[in-house]
Amino acid sequence: MSTENETAEPASRPAVACRGLRHAFGGAVAVDGVDLAVAEGEIFGLLGPNGAGKTTAIRLITTLLPARPGMVEVFGLDVARQRMAVRRAIGYLPQQLSADSSLTGRENVELFARLFDVPRARRRERVHEVLSTVGLAGAAERRAQTYSGGMIRRLELAQALVSAPRLLILDEPTIGLDPVARDGVWDRIQEVRRATGMTVLVTTHYMDEADQHCDRIALMHRGRVQALGTPSELKSGLEPGATLEEVFRAYTGDQLDEPGDDFRDARRTRRTASRLG
Amino acid sequence: MHAAPAAPQAGSADLPLPPRPPWRLLPARVVAMCIVELQKMRHDRTELYTRAIQPALWLLIFGETFSRIRAIPTGRVPYLDYLAPGILAQSALFIAIFYGIQIIWERDAGVLAKLLVTPTPRAALITGKAFAAGVRALTQAVAIMVLSALLGVALTVNPLRWLGVVVIVMLGTAFFSCLSMTIAGLAISRDRLMGIGQAITMPLFFGSNALYPIAVMPGWLRVISHVNPLSYEVDALRALLIGTPGNLPLDVAVLVVAAAAGIAAASALLGRLVR
Repeated sequence: MSTENETAEPASRPAVACRGLRHAFGGAVAVDGVDLAVAEGEIFGLLGPNGAGKTTAIRLITTLLPARPGMVEVFGLDVARQRMAVRRAIGYLPQQLSADSSLTGRENVELFARLFDVPRARRRERVHEVLSTVGLAGAAERRAQTYSGGMIRRLELAQALVSAPRLLILDEPTIGLDPVARDGVWDRIQEVRRATGMTVLVTTHYMDEADQHCDRIALMHRGRVQALGTPSELKSGLEPGATLEEVFRAYTGDQLDEPGDDFRDARRTRRTASRLG
Repeated sequence: MHAAPAAPQAGSADLPLPPRPPWRLLPARVVAMCIVELQKMRHDRTELYTRAIQPALWLLIFGETFSRIRAIPTGRVPYLDYLAPGILAQSALFIAIFYGIQIIWERDAGVLAKLLVTPTPRAALITGKAFAAGVRALTQAVAIMVLSALLGVALTVNPLRWLGVVVIVMLGTAFFSCLSMTIAGLAISRDRLMGIGQAITMPLFFGSNALYPIAVMPGWLRVISHVNPLSYEVDALRALLIGTPGNLPLDVAVLVVAAAAGIAAASALLGRLVR
């Protein structure tokens, strides 16, 4: 498949670099020429309405969809050519509730420790470490089906963190969670980032979250980046005292008939929300 | 470009981890998937019990009845002895043929996407799942063998032959679960996979030597039986368990080739599921 060489890179190289990122499902263009660079160590938010192309962009960056060579680099590694090395650097949390409810919390995390080749001698300790980080050490031996929605999200976060990724990619990490659980998830992400300098790439619908937690934001609409900057830059760029939600509306308008994976997107979101109760 | 200082490593000093060579990657992934399968079975044993009902009925009712009416010429081998390896292969087939449902469920739940963003080549993931299905089939096999022994089937006591049984059940289940995952990659939806699975299970079962020798079949069914990997699985199990004359090297070769082809096909179609 791909080479496994980890290339050392200068500090200035971005964590994620997209150049002319494009993807079409049949005739529907979901991502239509996106250029962006996520700096190492920042929390970068990808915002946009349903069907804007956020999830497709994430799927291209995570090697789930085939990208063309030169389109995406993760820490200088070409996603099309060095898939295995890219995956080793990434922790990924999909939008859906993806923990296995029939396994215990510990077993869920252990699986990912194995899949990332955490050596057996370190595995137990490392699994315990990340479970403590997300505040689930006490519930580790319980099956995930007994967890609340917020606990499951934190368990999934532990799964994504067990390999100590340099880049954490989160697709709607707090969808369907109550405000307290949302804070719980974000607090853990912030803690790990402070401790390790990990880069975070996140998509979200929640403007308040993006405002509060993201260092920089890219506003996507119809497969393109419409605006890019820090939350305060974006707000003051519109008018003094504007909220991020107003910026969002200004760029995306109120069009209802979006092309692309609208239906799938909505269905997935609803399913996630209903499973969280 | 050379040896720039490593970037700050998230979490712990010796992580992230160095890559592994492919020959260590594949067994590591297979072990990981099999362990998860065992953990799931340990937590929920109901499936083990409910799945044991059908083969038990085949042995107790069908087996005992046909032993009595002596309708099926099996030479000097009692019919129940002849039947037991067939039922073992059948129950493994039933487990495997619906295994693709799990992968569709995992697709819907986002689990598959998450697995595919780990350093696991698609073929390694499919191989892992194929052998995990084999592990599940083996737990079933234990129940069927115990029941067979209780019914007086003269099973082998040679541990090497039992090891052979494990290998054959693993290979057979690997092939049929890959067939199921291949259909999953084509059918995409759970309902369609269920339908196709239902449609092909019985032809695979009846079009094999599981219940009766190939010699008594009409010509057209013989042809089907000869291209049906289940026949080779049954032939090997029968030879190993009750010592009927079989062609073990051929059986093993067919099953290995079938399993490899199944893994290749299912891996090639896996991308369709995450798209």
